[in-house]
Amino acid sequence: MAFDSFQDFLAMGGHAPYVWAAWAVTAGLLGGIVLHARAERRRLLRHLQRRERRERRLADQQTTNSHPTAGHRHDA
Amino acid sequence: MWSFIHKLGSPRWFYAISARLMPWFWVAAALLIAVGSVWGLAFAPADYQQGNSFRIIYVHVPAAFLAQSVFVGMAVAGLVFMVWKIKVADMAAAMMAPLGAAMTFIALFSGAVWGVPTWGTWWMWDARLTSMLILLFLYLGVIALRGAFASRDSGSRAASVLAMVGVINIPIIKYSVDWWYTLHQPASFSVTSRPTMPLEMWAPLLIMVLGFYCFFIAVTLMRTRSEILRRESNKRWVRDLAVEGR
Repeated sequence: MAFDSFQDFLAMGGHAPYVWAAWAVTAGLLGGIVLHARAERRRLLRHLQRRERRERRLADQQTTNSHPTAGHRHDA
Repeated sequence: MWSFIHKLGSPRWFYAISARLMPWFWVAAALLIAVGSVWGLAFAPADYQQGNSFRIIYVHVPAAFLAQSVFVGMAVAGLVFMVWKIKVADMAAAMMAPLGAAMTFIALFSGAVWGVPTWGTWWMWDARLTSMLILLFLYLGVIALRGAFASRDSGSRAASVLAMVGVINIPIIKYSVDWWYTLHQPASFSVTSRPTMPLEMWAPLLIMVLGFYCFFIAVTLMRTRSEILRRESNKRWVRDLAVEGR
C-alpha cells in the first residue's frame, strides 16, 4: 500500500484533482461505451422481435383469412 | 485459407463464433482493469519526481496504445473490405471508429490533466500532442465521411480509403518523440529493451494495457454483432433468431 490512510489515498499527495479527473473521465467513458453497446443490442433485438411477430401474425391471418378488419392489435 | 477467409466473412458464421468468444474477453477485461486499477492507484509506489500524479499513466498509456491500435485495426478492416468485399470487415470498421475516437479523447484529456502539475501547462503544440490531436480529427473524419453518402456502400468505401490513408499518421505519432525535440517523454514500453520503471510500477501498467485490449475486442465483437443484425435484418436466419429473442 502506497498510502497510510484512506484520506491520504483520496488526497493523492496534493494531486487529487488531476489524478481523479483523468480516472473519472476514463471510467465514465468506458462505462458509457458498455452501457451504450448493451442498450443498442437490446433495442435492436426488441425491434426485430416485434417486427417478426407482427409479420408472422399477418401471414397467419392471411392464410386463415379470418376477419381481417377485426384483427386485434397487440403491438400498439 | 481462402475458404477460411470467406467463412469468417459470412455474417452468420461470425455471429455464431463471436457469441462464444465474447464472454471470455469481457471477463478478462473486467478482471485485468479491476486488478490494474487497484494496483496502480493504491499499491504502486509514488514516483520520486512526480509524486502521485504519475498514477495518471495507468489510464493515459493504455488509452494511447488503443487509440493507435484501433486505427490500425480499422485500416486493416478497410483493406480487407476493399480487397475481398467482406462485409463483416466493414461492419467491424464502422464500430471501431467511435471507440477509437473515445480512446484518443481519453489519451488527450488525461495527458492534458497530467501536464498541469508536471509540465506546468495543459497543452503545447508539441509533435506528439499535435499528431494525437490529428488522430482524433481523422477518427471524426472517418465517422463523418461514412455517414455522408446516400448509399451505404459508397460511405463504406470512402471511410475505408480514409482509414487506409490516415494510417500514415500512426508511425508519425510513434516516432514523433524521437524525430522532434519534444516535451513528451519517450516511450515507457519497448519490446526490445528492459523497462526503465521498477516492476511494481510497470506490472500494473502492462495489466491495464492488456485489459484495455480485451475491452476493445469485447466491445467491437458485441457491436459488430448488433450491426450484423441491423444490416442483415431481412435474412431468414436473423428473422428466426429474432423470434427466439436471442
